[in-house]
Amino acid sequence: MNHLSANDNRLAVLDHRRLRDKSGQADDDRGHILVTDVDVVFDTATGPHVAVQSANLTVRPGEFICLLGPSGCGKSTLMNAVAGFVTPTRGDIAVDGAVVTEPGPARGMVFQQHSLFPWKTVKENVAFGPLMAGASRREADSIARTFLSLVGLAAFETAYPNTLSGGMQQRVGIARALANYPSVLLMDEPFGALDAQTRIMMQENLLEIWQEFHNTVVFVTHDIDEAVFLSDRIVVMSASPGRIIADIAVKLPRPREQSLLTSTEFMALKRQCLDLIRQETLNAFQQQNKAG
Amino acid sequence: MDSKSNVALKASEPPIADSEPESESAARSTHAIPIPDQAPAVEPRVPFSTWLKTTGIRYGVRTLALIVALVFWQLASTHGLHAYVNFENIPAPSVVGAALITELTGQEFYLHILYSMERVAIAYGLAVVIGVLLGIAMGRSRWAEDIILPYIELLRPIPAVAWIPLAILMLPTEQASIIFITFLGALFPIVLNTTHGVEQTNDVLIRAARSLGASNASILRHVILPGAMPSIVAGLAIGMGVAWFSLLAGEIISGQYGIGYYTWNSYTLIQYPQIIIGMLTIGGLGTLCTLLVRSACKPLLKWQAKGGRS
Repeated sequence: MNHLSANDNRLAVLDHRRLRDKSGQADDDRGHILVTDVDVVFDTATGPHVAVQSANLTVRPGEFICLLGPSGCGKSTLMNAVAGFVTPTRGDIAVDGAVVTEPGPARGMVFQQHSLFPWKTVKENVAFGPLMAGASRREADSIARTFLSLVGLAAFETAYPNTLSGGMQQRVGIARALANYPSVLLMDEPFGALDAQTRIMMQENLLEIWQEFHNTVVFVTHDIDEAVFLSDRIVVMSASPGRIIADIAVKLPRPREQSLLTSTEFMALKRQCLDLIRQETLNAFQQQNKAG
Repeated sequence: MDSKSNVALKASEPPIADSEPESESAARSTHAIPIPDQAPAVEPRVPFSTWLKTTGIRYGVRTLALIVALVFWQLASTHGLHAYVNFENIPAPSVVGAALITELTGQEFYLHILYSMERVAIAYGLAVVIGVLLGIAMGRSRWAEDIILPYIELLRPIPAVAWIPLAILMLPTEQASIIFITFLGALFPIVLNTTHGVEQTNDVLIRAARSLGASNASILRHVILPGAMPSIVAGLAIGMGVAWFSLLAGEIISGQYGIGYYTWNSYTLIQYPQIIIGMLTIGGLGTLCTLLVRSACKPLLKWQAKGGRS
């Protein structure tokens, strides 16, 4: 698979970015996330449900963190709060000093699956963000082409999403989010629906792209291997109520390759996460049994 | 080509049929007849022999089915079949055919068609604009739905014929009354299908658009409308069928022209072949216009046609 094409594509991307950044902040300072005492409580038919409780989290610019935890632990809710889709019941979230009140292009979002506009071609999907930001059609098309090259899909620009495989669709989704030059990239189990082989390819591809942009990434997953392989830090969450229970630094060398998956350091980190999550899952089971 | 149209069918939302049976059959008949279209360039060319074996045979069967009915009708009429259903006074297809040729050589018949076409065009145009706007409002706003829906539920089951007295009382001209009745027929399926389509909007797509910086107006234009389009198109096609069917009721009012008037007038004048010509003309024009609507909307749905949706 021809993921990353020739160097000139990357240069083109960086050129775009430089043009854009003339007016904006310096590149290395963008993407600072500060989560302070955040509770998220949903009203449900059976009463209030605490999805996230007392979350405190700081993400430094350019850091790649994974929110790891069993399903229902509130990791997606916390990310949606950072994205601006969910308003915290208590506490607040600030990105680069500004309190988050609504979704915006500075926080690019990659969804689990099926989030491309099916009636737009691949190129139109990627060009959508720049168009909404006020770019001319020609500029937007040129940005879209650049980012499609970056994810290795330049040849598919006129295709409709439903003709692409799941992995290709997610690459378009990543290109679409990046086309707005976000300071933060939020990814909600983006590879969860892919088969194991495609998933590993996508992870490597993502790291290569991230190496290029070095923006802040918050990546939600329940897959321990994925979390250890990708991130600088793993933030482990537990279920009901959703709390942050551990913050594990991943000091594995970069660039990371597949051979890492069998190394001793990798295994040790994996074991650490596994124990934490196992304990939490057991607790959750016991609570359910008591309740039932 | 045939498999392609099937995919498109499966992918589109099931249309909400109007409660009147006529509209249902209109929807079914438009589904059953594949719309001629240009195959996209990427589609592999189907060899003629394969086409003949699949699509060709199916068209052959359809033609044959019609011929069987014609032959039966001819025999039943000429032999005066009277077994509960009475064919004694029904003109045979050959008689109707001869009368049709006479009509086609005159000018009067075309004038009738022209008048009807004009009325349908005005009424349908109004129904499309108002229907789609109301549908979007109802699909997006609970308030709008709660205000508008009771009217629709109450008025929708009223058949077009029942509107004639009120239409005459309320509107200044016959023309306006007929257009009003035709408009009502087309309106309901368009409103309901648009509402249905808009309500089906995938929430993830709206969230994606918002996180890409789209305003509410942009979301409506780029996400909600295109997403509702399969359902809207189904509503437009059904609406066109119902418009023709309502037109006939409306044209009972008219003392001058219109294919509905022509049919009704033939009945009062006991011109049996002309009744049948009128009926078939309405059927034919209705089907033709529905096909036109569908092919006019085809470019809006081309994203659905290629490959299956996952």
